[in-house]
Amino acid sequence: MAFDYDKYLRPGKLPHIWCPGCGHGIAMKGLIRAIDACGLEKNNTAIVSGIGCASRLPGYVDFNTLHTAHGRAAAFATGVKMAKPEMNVIVVGGDGDGTAIGGNHFIHACRRNIDMTYVIFNNSIYGMTGGQFSPCTPTGAKASTTVYGNPDPTFDISKLAIGAGATFVARTTAFHATQIDKLIAEGIKHKGMAVIEVLDDCPTTYGRRNKFRSVVDMMKRLKDIAVPVAAASKMTAEQLEGKVLTGVLYKEEKPEYTQQYAKVIAKAQGA
Amino acid sequence: MAKKVALLQGNEACAQGALYAGCKFFGGYPITPSTEVAEVLSVELPKVGGKFIQMEDEIGAMASVIGASLTGSKVLTATSGPGVSLKQELIGYACIAEVPCVIINVMRGGPSTGMPTGPGQSDVQQAKWGTHGDHAAIALVPASCQEIFSETVRAFNLAEKYRMPVQVLFDEIVGHSRERIEFPEPGELEVIDRQTPTVAPEQYKPYDTSFGDVPPLAAFGSGYRFHVTGLNKAQDGFPTTKASLVDDEQRRQLRKVDAAQAEIEKNEEYLTDDAEVVIFAYGSTSRSARYAVNELRKEGIKAGLFRPITLWPFPEKRVAELAKKAKAIVVPEMNLGQMVLEVERVAKGDCKIGFLGRVDGEPINPGQIIAKVKEVK
Ligand SMILES: Cc1ncc(C[n+]2csc(CCOP(=O)(O)OP(=O)(O)O)c2C)c(N)n1
Ligand code: SF4
Ligand SMILES: [Mg+2]
Repeated sequence: MAFDYDKYLRPGKLPHIWCPGCGHGIAMKGLIRAIDACGLEKNNTAIVSGIGCASRLPGYVDFNTLHTAHGRAAAFATGVKMAKPEMNVIVVGGDGDGTAIGGNHFIHACRRNIDMTYVIFNNSIYGMTGGQFSPCTPTGAKASTTVYGNPDPTFDISKLAIGAGATFVARTTAFHATQIDKLIAEGIKHKGMAVIEVLDDCPTTYGRRNKFRSVVDMMKRLKDIAVPVAAASKMTAEQLEGKVLTGVLYKEEKPEYTQQYAKVIAKAQGA
Repeated sequence: MAKKVALLQGNEACAQGALYAGCKFFGGYPITPSTEVAEVLSVELPKVGGKFIQMEDEIGAMASVIGASLTGSKVLTATSGPGVSLKQELIGYACIAEVPCVIINVMRGGPSTGMPTGPGQSDVQQAKWGTHGDHAAIALVPASCQEIFSETVRAFNLAEKYRMPVQVLFDEIVGHSRERIEFPEPGELEVIDRQTPTVAPEQYKPYDTSFGDVPPLAAFGSGYRFHVTGLNKAQDGFPTTKASLVDDEQRRQLRKVDAAQAEIEKNEEYLTDDAEVVIFAYGSTSRSARYAVNELRKEGIKAGLFRPITLWPFPEKRVAELAKKAKAIVVPEMNLGQMVLEVERVAKGDCKIGFLGRVDGEPINPGQIIAKVKEVK
């Protein structure tokens, strides 16, 4: 039987704002399937986002939803989780939102290892504002503010998350749709900060400028660059040139922040 | 039973006031001269099952308190000049999304890093206009440790009652002075909690004006699922660009404070009945002003003190009345002319206005005020 997305979508809130061919819808469906697979209760789940095309997601889904300010989602979510640790907290947002303006909040949420699942929709561009380069835009690529080619080096979000202390880090792409829900579900079940990077596409502002003739071309690229971690171990550096690793990149059990704070409370109360 | 008394610093009194009001969450970032508020709450909040978190910066601190407030907690953050500048973005978010929160600003000079350990009163217009867009503002300006305690409690009450950010501003002098304070008994000061919905979850709308200009606010996780955004929104909480809805919403958010001004306003007057010169002073400056009034009276000059405790909304009506009665109003403040603009605006030329500003990190002393009164009179 086909999966029933309607169970989680807010009636009357579609159509969404996303362009035809935008990868964000694929990522949202993956998130919904993951939530379903984990059996999260709607009343006990908060979905928090920043600003951008990706960050419009919370308006469409039937949970406690918080569409915050540009880049601030992780910090709002930290407040929600600290105040009510029994809630499941999921953050969604774009690459610009999470790693440029929100970079500081992102790395510190990772460092605290607070129990939340951060799904970052990386289309390597500022989609909503019309295609300016983001910290994740490939060097040399064209954006509305890099018509001569992007001079900036590029962030590797997953490496950033691992370096900052996240204890579950995974990556996949919008082409690998069925992997999205599996990785997000694993992230939700993980106790601590889980970051799932979904490489997707923005045909409207990135594809056009960078000579992708169609959305299919963009999808093909995602298919071609992805190398599962297991396969990568058997490949040479040369073969891995220009590829990105997919699957669970890092997993570690470490004390979780709200549990650590529960110990602070116990100590303060003389336990 | 004798009341509990203590010798407390203003910042410590603030933390104690927050606990009295039922604060359960503090998110902050250290900055002089406000840090003691955070330090005390890091010790005391976990004792009552509350949460303290030191965030990565003041923007994060402001975000964390808004997030926590949406789960139903009473929340506080405390900072000073550079920090309050960073918080402006999300103070605006709390305004438009109507999320109760209290922001303490222990004022130092500025702009920028300024003089971290010196007092100032130069954030008083920022408290009203600091974040972009039209929005209501409530700001309180206590002048003693005891008053910091009670005004912090009142700030929580106003934030919860009107569903909005409320700022408490006191200058470094009051924040760092040690004074005897009497702890009010539980129940002695009013403590207000936000209104929560009484309708069934399916009927709940987070901005439902059929309950008046301050709609009830459900908590995340309480069974009421709703959407919160910083975009202009309709009563159901979802974004809208429909002109009439945006207009209604914006006007309601100003009206909820305008209509309640009588209740929010709080002033103290000293010898203003027959005063020919009224000194308009707030915070620590008002303490020098009171001394000056006594000295001037000894010399036969009929001086009086008008001390706003609620600075925003501005006490327009009463200041206009005083301007009609008095020959002059003198405004001393530790800035280069901020609240004096407001006094001039409402006095409409009915009396002379004298201004005395000081920004060298030293308090305004009574002698300066006395000289100014004599000059203007
Ligand atoms: C403080 C602030 N600065 C700038 C903006 C403008 N802005 C809105 S969305 C956005 C970029 C979004 O890019 P990303 O997070 O990658 O999401 P996408 O739209 O690509 O999904 C920017 C710069 C804003 N809303 N707020
Ligand atoms: S602009 Fe790009 S990111 Fe935004 S909805 Fe369109 S395709 Fe998606
Ligand atoms: Mg993007």
